[in-house]
Amino acid sequence: MTILSLKNVSKSFGALTVTEDVSFDVVQGQALGIIGPNGAGKSTLFNLITGNLTSDAGSIHFDGADVTRVPPMQRCLSGIGRSFQIPQPFDHLTVFENLLVAATHGQSKSEHEVEEDCARILEQTELLDVANNTAGGLRLLQRKRLELARAMATNPKLLLLDEIAGGLTAAECTALINTIKGLHSSGVTIIWIEHVLHALTSVVERLLVLDFGKVIGLGDPDEIMNSREVKEIYLGIEV
Amino acid sequence: MTDTAMYRVQTQTRASYSAGAVCIALIILFILLPTFASRGLIQDLFFIFTMLVLAQFWNLLAGYGGLVSVGQQAFVGMGAYAMFGGVILWGMDPVPAILLGGVAALIVAIPTAFFAFRLQGAYFAIGTWVIAEVMRLLVAQWKVLGGGTGTSLPRTATRQMWVTEWIQATFDVRGAAARDILTYWLALALVIATIAGIYWLLRTKRGLALAAVRDNVEAAKSVGVDAVRMKWLVYLVAAAGTGLTGALIYLQKLRISPDAAFSVTDWTAYVIFIVVIGGIGTIEGPILGVLIFFILQSLLADYGSWYLMVLGLIGIAIMLFAPRGIWGLITEKTGLQIFPVRRRLVIGAQSNKED
Repeated sequence: MTILSLKNVSKSFGALTVTEDVSFDVVQGQALGIIGPNGAGKSTLFNLITGNLTSDAGSIHFDGADVTRVPPMQRCLSGIGRSFQIPQPFDHLTVFENLLVAATHGQSKSEHEVEEDCARILEQTELLDVANNTAGGLRLLQRKRLELARAMATNPKLLLLDEIAGGLTAAECTALINTIKGLHSSGVTIIWIEHVLHALTSVVERLLVLDFGKVIGLGDPDEIMNSREVKEIYLGIEV
Repeated sequence: MTDTAMYRVQTQTRASYSAGAVCIALIILFILLPTFASRGLIQDLFFIFTMLVLAQFWNLLAGYGGLVSVGQQAFVGMGAYAMFGGVILWGMDPVPAILLGGVAALIVAIPTAFFAFRLQGAYFAIGTWVIAEVMRLLVAQWKVLGGGTGTSLPRTATRQMWVTEWIQATFDVRGAAARDILTYWLALALVIATIAGIYWLLRTKRGLALAAVRDNVEAAKSVGVDAVRMKWLVYLVAAAGTGLTGALIYLQKLRISPDAAFSVTDWTAYVIFIVVIGGIGTIEGPILGVLIFFILQSLLADYGSWYLMVLGLIGIAIMLFAPRGIWGLITEKTGLQIFPVRRRLVIGAQSNKED
């Protein structure tokens, strides 16, 4: 079953077209990776899916409903969770409270109903030790983990991860991959933008390549990585 | 950590339990105070209570909602003028007319919010100030209420005010002193309701959402927080509360003029000073701040403009060296919290360690 479907989605900032006629479907339970050079419009595409930006043309359907004009808050309630490329924690709240906000408002539940879940997510994302620290004082890895944990706390059907492995050490990266794999195997649909390719390809089943706002490849990760276009445009290798 | 780990969420601290008891004792003391305190003390406490209410509402707006308004005098003025209007034009009793002040401020806040919410940060601050100035100029045109020179509450209305006769008889005081006692009690009720209300709000999930919106609007929206609704909520609540306080302040003053009722210095600059030196974003901060402000004012009020310069310098020094205010310094050193809003995750069901 298709959970997310983009049809001819376009977005421009003035004369600059950052998303051009993008169409693709994501099947429920699948993990899709998105790659592309800097400035290809990957994060913009995420913002269009989450509603932080609205598209100029085209339509976005999520879970059977047209969400093209729906504000981000409602998209979150209908099951779209996200992490930000640059971590955006609620600085003055504690790590635990960051999750509480997401869980209570993202699922319209009371604090009492979600306390256990939040604690369990903190355990899963290895943040339990810093649960009562204010989020503003966290280190990079912990900030990235908090992004993931907070998105998980909204109990999403579709989770959008924006360069969550960037800037981490190999060991840190492996730990994060395992967490994401765990999530995926529990049935959450994932779309993941990542420059750390080995991390990405170890999880995703399909890969989408974006360049200058256009989809230039979509399919099996191995095939995509070996295709001529991707090597030329994305990796900068002349074939 | 294993699956058997138990989690518990704790919001109270040991200090907050004893603080609760102290608060109740203080409230009882304050209620009974007019039986033995001097009229001067009652008036001073009236001033402290009303400034504290204004400070708590400004703190709710700026410290929790991230809406730094420099135009709260708009609601003080509108509240006060609505009360005067109710008494002079409709012959209302001044005490219920205070409620009219709250309603009027709320009604005025709705259209102005549409305008102000289009602005962000410093522009929002200036925008709110402009709105207040426009209101001052409009009210100055209202000839029935004295126009630019202002007016007084009619003596007949203040003499027959609710409860004053009973106070006169019970405490054996004259009309003016009875009125002071009445307004003091009303201010006490307002300050208790305000602090209790804000404390309650911050401990609900809306309080968390408010803090999230203040820290990061985009992220808050992405986790399902209705950021626009939160802004509206605090703006309207603060406007109504500020309007009530304005009406009460001018019931005690008995005389009103547009320049005084819409004074940016009296109703916003001092209020910001109180919140900033006390500690923004905490309930305890404004309480400490208003006491410091009152002491400074008592000590320095005779020095005219020097007084304002000293206030300004203290404000700047605090912002530079203790951005979370004096209460912030105290919590940093001692961990003391009288009105705790933090949700602490405690691991292990057996643990009952508190701090």
